[in-house]
Amino acid sequence: MSTDTDHGLEITGDVADDQRRDRRIRRFLFGCTSITVLTTIAIFAVLFDNTWGFFFDATFSQWVRTSVLNLGVEGLTQRVSFIEFFTDTEWRPSHADDPRYGIPTLLAGTLLITVGAAFLAIPVGTAGALYLSEYASVRTRKYLKPTLEILAGVPTIVYGFFAVSFVTPVLLRPLLEIFGLSIGRNNALSAMVVVGVMTIPMVMSISEDAMNAVPDELRNGAYALGASKYSVSMNVVLPASISGVFASYILAVSRAIGETMAVTLAAGATANFTGNPLAEVQTMTAYMVTSARSTALVGSITYQSLFAVGLALFLITLVANLVNDYVKRRYREVYQ
Amino acid sequence: MTMATNETEETGGRNDSEPLISTEVTSSETGRGSRADETVLETRNLDVYYGDEQALQDVSAEIPEHKVTAIIGPSGCGKSTFLRSINRMNDQIDVARADGEVLFHEKNVYDEDVDPVALRRKIGQVFQKPNPFPKSIRDNVAYGLKIQGKEVTDEAIERALKQAALYEEVKDKLNSSGLDLSGGQQQRLCIARAIAPDPEVLLMDEPTSALDPVAASKIEDLISELAREYTVVIVTHNMQQAARISDKTAVFLTGGKLVEFGNTNKIFENPDHQEVEDYITGKFG
Amino acid sequence: MSLDTGSDLLSDVDLTWVKRKELLFHVLLFSAAMFGVAMLALLIFDILIETAYGVLILGIDVGTFLTSGASRTWEQAGLLPAIIGSIWLVFLTLILSFVLGVSTATYLEEYAPRNRTTRLIEANLTNLAGVPSVAYGLLALGVFVNGFRMGEILLAGALALSLLVVPIVIVASQEALRAVPDGMRNGSLATGATRWQTIRGVVIPSALPGIVTGTILALARAIGETAPLIMVGAVLEARSTPDPTSLFGSMPTMIYYWAFRPVTEFHNLAALAILVLLIILVGMYGLAFFVRNHYETRV
Ligand SMILES: Nc1ncnc2c1ncn2[C@@H]1O[C@H](COP(=O)(O)OP(=O)(O)OP(=O)(O)O)[C@@H](O)[C@H]1O
Ligand SMILES: [Mg+2]
Repeated sequence: MSTDTDHGLEITGDVADDQRRDRRIRRFLFGCTSITVLTTIAIFAVLFDNTWGFFFDATFSQWVRTSVLNLGVEGLTQRVSFIEFFTDTEWRPSHADDPRYGIPTLLAGTLLITVGAAFLAIPVGTAGALYLSEYASVRTRKYLKPTLEILAGVPTIVYGFFAVSFVTPVLLRPLLEIFGLSIGRNNALSAMVVVGVMTIPMVMSISEDAMNAVPDELRNGAYALGASKYSVSMNVVLPASISGVFASYILAVSRAIGETMAVTLAAGATANFTGNPLAEVQTMTAYMVTSARSTALVGSITYQSLFAVGLALFLITLVANLVNDYVKRRYREVYQ
Repeated sequence: MTMATNETEETGGRNDSEPLISTEVTSSETGRGSRADETVLETRNLDVYYGDEQALQDVSAEIPEHKVTAIIGPSGCGKSTFLRSINRMNDQIDVARADGEVLFHEKNVYDEDVDPVALRRKIGQVFQKPNPFPKSIRDNVAYGLKIQGKEVTDEAIERALKQAALYEEVKDKLNSSGLDLSGGQQQRLCIARAIAPDPEVLLMDEPTSALDPVAASKIEDLISELAREYTVVIVTHNMQQAARISDKTAVFLTGGKLVEFGNTNKIFENPDHQEVEDYITGKFG
Repeated sequence: MSLDTGSDLLSDVDLTWVKRKELLFHVLLFSAAMFGVAMLALLIFDILIETAYGVLILGIDVGTFLTSGASRTWEQAGLLPAIIGSIWLVFLTLILSFVLGVSTATYLEEYAPRNRTTRLIEANLTNLAGVPSVAYGLLALGVFVNGFRMGEILLAGALALSLLVVPIVIVASQEALRAVPDGMRNGSLATGATRWQTIRGVVIPSALPGIVTGTILALARAIGETAPLIMVGAVLEARSTPDPTSLFGSMPTMIYYWAFRPVTEFHNLAALAILVLLIILVGMYGLAFFVRNHYETRV
């Protein structure tokens, strides 16, 4: 055995110290990583706990502490019925005499603006992506791509200001007057326009990535058959990259749903159950920021309603993100 | 009890079959022995798998100290795998798994109590593609010393660069980036980096395949020089190179089998196996 | 055309219609690509016009604007406390998110075994990056402001922004770490370095420019964020200079407040504030691009 000590390969000395430090750091880094998981759990827990407090007269944790742990389960007094929450078409939680809590009102506002924004961002973004990947010269790309990055980097509050100071009075109002229509300072249409504009870079850059991943052999095959650039773009590139392009749409929609400041400034603070783009509407997010001011009282129904709306928003964007994840994974399988 | 018996039996067996080696190892306790043909590395029935695919089959070889051992064989036969299993760089590959023994000074490097980091401080490696760090030339050479807690001196750096036959070319620009060197210079820098902390064995995986003939011949000359102080194991695709610089040659053939292992002269002039002769004369495949 | 006899050979292939369609398509795609650029130009134009109107016609004093706090009258209103609030927020967000983000990215890229748990953590990260910013504000409101009874202080706002920014920093750092070639890691490991020595000695230094660029861009995102700060309870009318434990305002919340005031002169103040914010952003983007182009190591 004495010869064994000579090879110096055991875990001793300097190496052992280095390895111990390595393990210590690995543990620290893992700790940091778990914080991200904790954040997700915390978001969900906080939203759920307070949403419980919206429907009943105590938050979930209060209820567990006081009723379940101490004296056996006490009956819960429900203050907002689920049926009202899911079906009522009025939303005015702070109303003194007749508060109403119908989330469809806010959902309609969010949906209206999201659909409108998608109608702008999807065609423009897809066409722009095709231009970038099939037509643009290297030089054009060199300038266009950073410009798009800037467009994506403009704070959303700035887009909101742009909507009320330019889009509505300078672009939309004169245009609508031609048709004999009029709009107020706040309207869903201007929100659609700015949210559409701010999601264009997202659609464009993700779609373009997908189009670039289409192998050139496919294009050349079509060109060899005498196809025009138009038909290669529409019949080869677009179909081949469709899942990636689709993923960009989902991401843009998810972004539009969660968009807050531009929508608050542009579309206003009046909850309206309507599909009229010229009307003033309130989205889920807009409700949250406009009401956060008037909710000093923790536990008040208005305060709790923020979380109920927040939970609904969180779940909707979660679903969108999961779908996007799924689509993206499928599209990775195709060419890699 | 039974274990002890087994151990004595095993040692006894080893002594019976290879009495010479056993005594030599005991005599080399002082470190660098200078006696010829002392075995420093030995593999016994080494199998390496990548997932379900077997890359090495039952490889047994003894690598002599202070000699150049060349590993040759067709592409995909497991030469790199063999090299990586010696310094346990295969640990980095998730699906890789090794059976059998790799003995370094009679100690199985796959034993539980062996730290691969400690092992790699004694067995350096040079890669096929030069991979200098994006640091100055000096910091590249000093890297191993720093990592291993050894003192970084100008002399140590100079010595390593001289051994790697690079010193004259870079002595005036030790602070410029290692990435600014030519490919051949980069490879010599990587050799200097590997030998600076003074390992016992130097593993080289096709160190000249990415280089032009002039740079390659510089490194070839260097390898013969290095064998005075280090045990060199070199993988090469170039038969002439193997014949020129090595003392021993191992021929792997497809399937990860070590077909023949012996003195380079013998392998190239009069191999025992017909397949080896076919491979060397280019008739293989 | 009649002289061009060489084209007789192909005269039976009528390409005029195809060519016209091709041209139309090209123009269409080009306009789509330029639409965003045009909107950006309009946006900047609008801000400049509103600012110019405010300064030149209404006579907003830029000096007063940059050195005083919010006020009931637009002539005396200024942005200084909001600017300082934003600087504090970005600074604290940097401190809170950089180490956390880079550490997580390092764990995921360099240490984490490729198994289900790791895949789940990564999926969760992409999901977190997609959570609307207002939800982070709600989290901070529930946990820090009211849960820990911190109150509506600047630190709570910085915590909300950090939670928001960490996933972005992580994803950017992961990309930078992934760009470091494996040959570099192997070179270090084969020299007898431990994982951590390899990371510290070789991997992080090579990835640092990418990590720094990503972090600056993430902070640029943070400085323009409004919703989480409003949720946390930022003071919309920032009158006095904040510190981390005081009530606070920020540039975007100030813009929000002014944009909503009925007196239109405040809208011009908002435009001026936007201009200041955009100039700061351009500076941050410039810095990010500089780091990216200047320090990126060739490999
Ligand atoms: N990381 C890996 N994962 C899975 N299989 C691998 C891996 N590395 C090598 N292999 C497989 O192991 C076998 C031997 O590979 P190895 O790289 O050792 O060959 P080689 O002799 O070095 O070839 P070459 O001369 O081309 O470098 C090959 O069949 C290869 O496909
Ligand atoms: Mg190889």
